[in-house]
This record gives sequence, structure tokens and C-alpha cells, in this order.
Amino acid sequence: MDITQSASMPTPQALRVAKLQRVQDFLFHAITQFFAISVLIALLGIIISLLINAWPALHTFGPSFFFTQEWDVVNGEFGGLIAIYGTLATSIIALLIAVPLSFGIAVFLTELCPGYLRRPLGTAVELLAAVPSIIYGMFGLFIFAPLFAEYVQPALAATLGQIPGFGILFSGAFNGIGILCAGLILAMMILPFIASVMRDVFEIVPPVLKESAYGIGCTTWEVVRNVVLPYTKAGVIGGVMLGLGRALGETMAVTFVIGNAHRLSPSLFAPGTSIASTLANEFGEAEAGNHLSSLYLLGLALFLITFIVLAWAKWMLNNMEKKQGLKT
Amino acid sequence: MKSFFKKALVIGAISMAPAAFAVDMTGAGATFPYPIYAKWAEAFKAKTGSNLNYQSIGSSGGIKQIKAKTVDFGATDNPVKFEDLEKDGMVQFPAIIGGVVPVINVEGVKPGEIKLDGPTLADIFQGVISDWGDKRIAIMNPGVKIPSGPITVVTRADGSGTTAIFTDYLAKTSTLFRDAVGSGANVKWPAASTVGGKGNEGVAANVTRVKNSVGYVEYAYAKKNKMTFISLKNKAGNFVAPDDLTFAAAASGTDWSKIPGMGTFITDAPGAKSWPITGASFILLYKSPENKANAAEVIKFFDFAFKDGKKMAEDLDYVPMPDATTEFIRKNVFTKVVTK
Repeated sequence: MDITQSASMPTPQALRVAKLQRVQDFLFHAITQFFAISVLIALLGIIISLLINAWPALHTFGPSFFFTQEWDVVNGEFGGLIAIYGTLATSIIALLIAVPLSFGIAVFLTELCPGYLRRPLGTAVELLAAVPSIIYGMFGLFIFAPLFAEYVQPALAATLGQIPGFGILFSGAFNGIGILCAGLILAMMILPFIASVMRDVFEIVPPVLKESAYGIGCTTWEVVRNVVLPYTKAGVIGGVMLGLGRALGETMAVTFVIGNAHRLSPSLFAPGTSIASTLANEFGEAEAGNHLSSLYLLGLALFLITFIVLAWAKWMLNNMEKKQGLKT
Repeated sequence: MKSFFKKALVIGAISMAPAAFAVDMTGAGATFPYPIYAKWAEAFKAKTGSNLNYQSIGSSGGIKQIKAKTVDFGATDNPVKFEDLEKDGMVQFPAIIGGVVPVINVEGVKPGEIKLDGPTLADIFQGVISDWGDKRIAIMNPGVKIPSGPITVVTRADGSGTTAIFTDYLAKTSTLFRDAVGSGANVKWPAASTVGGKGNEGVAANVTRVKNSVGYVEYAYAKKNKMTFISLKNKAGNFVAPDDLTFAAAASGTDWSKIPGMGTFITDAPGAKSWPITGASFILLYKSPENKANAAEVIKFFDFAFKDGKKMAEDLDYVPMPDATTEFIRKNVFTKVVTK
């Protein structure tokens, strides 16, 4: 204030304009802040309502809910282990398949692809992301699962299934639908997300860096390994996490192909259930009481799993940046 | 142009006219009777102008909605106990009869070819019998070639009145099933190879896709999808195939008027031709409803359905309620609802 006063006195018009601008600034600040905070309020509201509704189940079954197999509606005994296992197992299978594939797609599209193929291929990958999940579910149940049972499962059982110990993952009846089938369909669903994020971040690597590497005689793989990947780590991990987030919460497609059986089996061929598909199947018909409350508790568990995954990814990124900071 | 406009207005006014005195009823619940309720509603609207908005969200959902008083009536395949009806001040009556049918997908087996009795069927759904080549199945089916293969049991993944009727039958005929699994809208299926489908559609889809599978659906779904059904041994010892005649035969032995709250399954019914897994779908109404005009219209609607809706029900492979029962409902149930 002192400075303005010591300078030549502003005209009344200028003062009025300044005042108006200050009010505008304040309003703008307040409104945007309100928008930002409303997200936080919504998040808190969801957590609190989940907690309130899940409380009876948490109170009755305690933390052992998360490690109990039992899911018996008639006798009112509930445990979330099978659904949590199904959610994690299908998501991990999906990542194991989708990450290498998307990496290959992204490297090909950015480094190796001839110009005339780049656009059609890139658009095709993006279009795959636009397919609604229910379509994947229908495709999975009606077309993929029968073929999977007829050809792929017997082949897997005859090869991988023969390895001692490890083989138990690929044993049992060839139903088509089950944990493995759900994982494969999920892989197909998250692949376009991961691939298009990877392609976008690979494209922002400054050409001068890559060209210098090529200049000193690096192969394409060496350029990707030592220049592109270190430069785009954050983006790549972000893409993978986006895919994982979708896989964890995917409901409809998984409900179609996972088999919806509350049963824990070592075999990946066996039907199981995931948190999201259990909620979709049972929420509408659940009687108030422990059943409904247990479903809320499962929802809370899914929320926590997603939160832990995101937090872990963030922590990993921070760590990496720190290490990089030390090096350079 | 002007005259056209006038005409349109007049026509509009005429077509609007009955609606002005008509009522919009709302109902929610069981999915199994939805096709026939929709058909009846269409005919009722043509006659009176009153519209029925029925949401087929499932039996437990129907009970929830009527308790929350968001709808004029609730519908359930899994009848509410008399004590609970009294406690909540509700009445219950059966509106339509249908059957639950075990369906299979076994190569080379034609509809009705495989014959089973209750305990054997219960053993299959429990996983005690886990292969189609099992001796106990072969003994009941001399001369029928059944290729062996591991059985996959297909059940409902969601809570369901269909499951309630089906498990009631299995628990009635097999003490093993009664003790190990029990009965209800959502039970824990013990068979090692169990797959769940959402809704009758989901079970039908899974059974047609998964080889060597066995499931249970409402008759209409089995018929629509041309599925292979099983013939069952009824209480009289005869093997019967599911159709509207055997459902009607099962229902004829049930005297609803003797049962408080009218709530009962028609499973394992006596009678030479009775299909053993038959059930009715029930309607729930408040004795003193908040919206009296709508409740009166709901009663009018079901009165109309009982009187003029029989042909429509038979066309859709349902069994209409017997006349004696509808007369009982008119005299003893409808009168309990205060509509004025």
C-alpha cells in the first residue's frame, strides 16, 4: 500500500477498476477452490457412507473378514477372501499379458512402423478402448469361452499343466469360463489404454536424444532400453496403473466370464468371483443386515486396494525421481 | 394447415381423455412373471386407460420396495411368511403359476430323455454325483446312451425366487441336501464345479455354452431357448415332462385358502401328472395403503387379470390361478385392503 501511495496518486477510475478486478479475482479464486474441494468432499462422503454401511459386518466378523473363505447367505456367514483373491488374480493375469503386448505395440508404432501404417494402427488401438465393457463380456461368454474350452485349455493342460507344482494352476475341467478367462478378457480391455498412453509418452522423447544414440551405433532395442524408457518412466508407469485401476474395478465383462462361484481353487481354470462381480450380482437382492453390510465391506476393500495400488505407484515414481536427482 | 392443426388437437384431446381419469400404478419385484404382467397391463390400459409401470428387479427387490413404500405393490416368487405379513400390515396373494425346469447340455441327449428323481438331482447339484457316467444316473435311464463327462453345475449368482423354489424341492426330497445346503433365495452351492449366471438369462446362456452342464430355469426360458430338459419323478412315482398341463396338475392339489398368508411353494405335489417343481408368484399389498386410489386400481387390475387374462397367460405358458382360488382372493384378500 505504501508504494502505491508514495507514487503518483491513481485516478478514481483506475481505483475503481482495480477494486473490481480484486473482487473478480477473489470470486474466481473462491469458485475454482470450491470446485476443487467438492471433489474432496465427494471422496470423503463416499468413504464415510461406505464405512457406516460396512460397520455392522466389520463389527460382527472383525478383520478376519478379509481372510475368511466362507460366503454363506443362508447361514449368514461372510468372508471376503474369495472375492479379493479373484479381483487380484484376474488383474495380475491381465497385467502380465497386457503390459508386454502394449509395450510392443507402442515401440512398433513409434520407432519401427512405416508412416502409412502408423495412423490406421494407432486409431485401431484407440478404437479398442472405446468398445463398451458389456460388449467384451458378451464376446467373452459367447465366442471366446467356448473356443477357449475347446482348444486353448486342453493345450495348456497338456503343456504347462504337466510341470510339477506349477501345473496345478492349469488343471481341472475345461469350462471355458473362470479366473483365467476373465484375466484374458481383462487383458484385452486394458491393453488399448496402456498401449495408447505408452505410445503418447514415447512420442515426446526429443528426437535429438534418440538420434545421438543411433549416431553412436545403438540398435533400436538399445535406444528404447537406454534412452526412451528412462526418459518416459513416469508416463509408462502411469499408463500401467491406469490399466490396473480399470482391471480392478471392471464389473460387467468379468461377471460374464468369471463364473461367479464363491469357491477358492488353486486352478486358474476354476470359476471364481471378483469383488465387483459379487456386488453386481448380489447387491440388488441382498437383504438388509449382514449380507448387505458385507457387500459394503467388500466395496470398501476394493476402494482400499485401488488406493494402495495408486499410493504405491506414486511412491515408486517419487523414489525414482529422487534416485535420478542423485545421479545427475 | 389450420384445420389439420385443429384435427390434431381434437384427436389429441380425445386420446388424452380417458387418461385424465386413469391412474398410474407402480409395481416392482419378481422377474419370472414380468412377461405376463406386461401383457395384462397392455390389455388393462386398452380397456381402462390406467397404466402399470412394473419394474422386474427381482423378488427380494420387490419386498424391499414395498416396505420402502415406493411402489403400489410388490411381487415375489419367494412368499413372505404370515407373521411378517401381519407385522408389516400387508396382504399376500398368488397371481400366476409357473414351473422351474432342470436343463442340461449333454451331447446327443434329447429333451426329456434323461429321467431323474429328486434325491439324484440333489446329489448332482451338491457335487456328490460329478460325472454323467455315474451308475446312479445310468440305473434310472436304462437304454439311454449318456456320454460320460465331468458335470458343471450352473446356478443363479443373484438371489432369486427361482432358486428358492428349486432348493425347496431339493431339500424336501433329499435330507442330505436339506442338511448340507438348505433352501432359500441364495444358497451356498457345494459342487466343486459350479458356475453362476445372473438371472434366468445368465443361467440359460451358461448352460448352452458349457458342455456337460446342468442348470435350472423358469419354464419359459427353457422353451424359448429350446433347451434340453430333464424328466422328473413326481411324488406319485411317475416320470413327467414340464409343460402347462403338469404345472396345472401340481397346482390343482394345493388349497391356498387353508394356508395363512397364502404363501406356499407347490413342490413335490401329489397327483399322477404333477410336475414336482412348481411355484406361484405372489403380490404384496398394504392393508391400509397410503395411496388408496392406486391400491383400488391395483385390485381392479388383478381382478381383470383373473377374469379376462387366462388366455393371455396360457399363450405365454403360464398357468392361470384356478377359479376357486381367485374367488377366495376376491372375497378374503381384496376386501381386507382399505381403499376408501
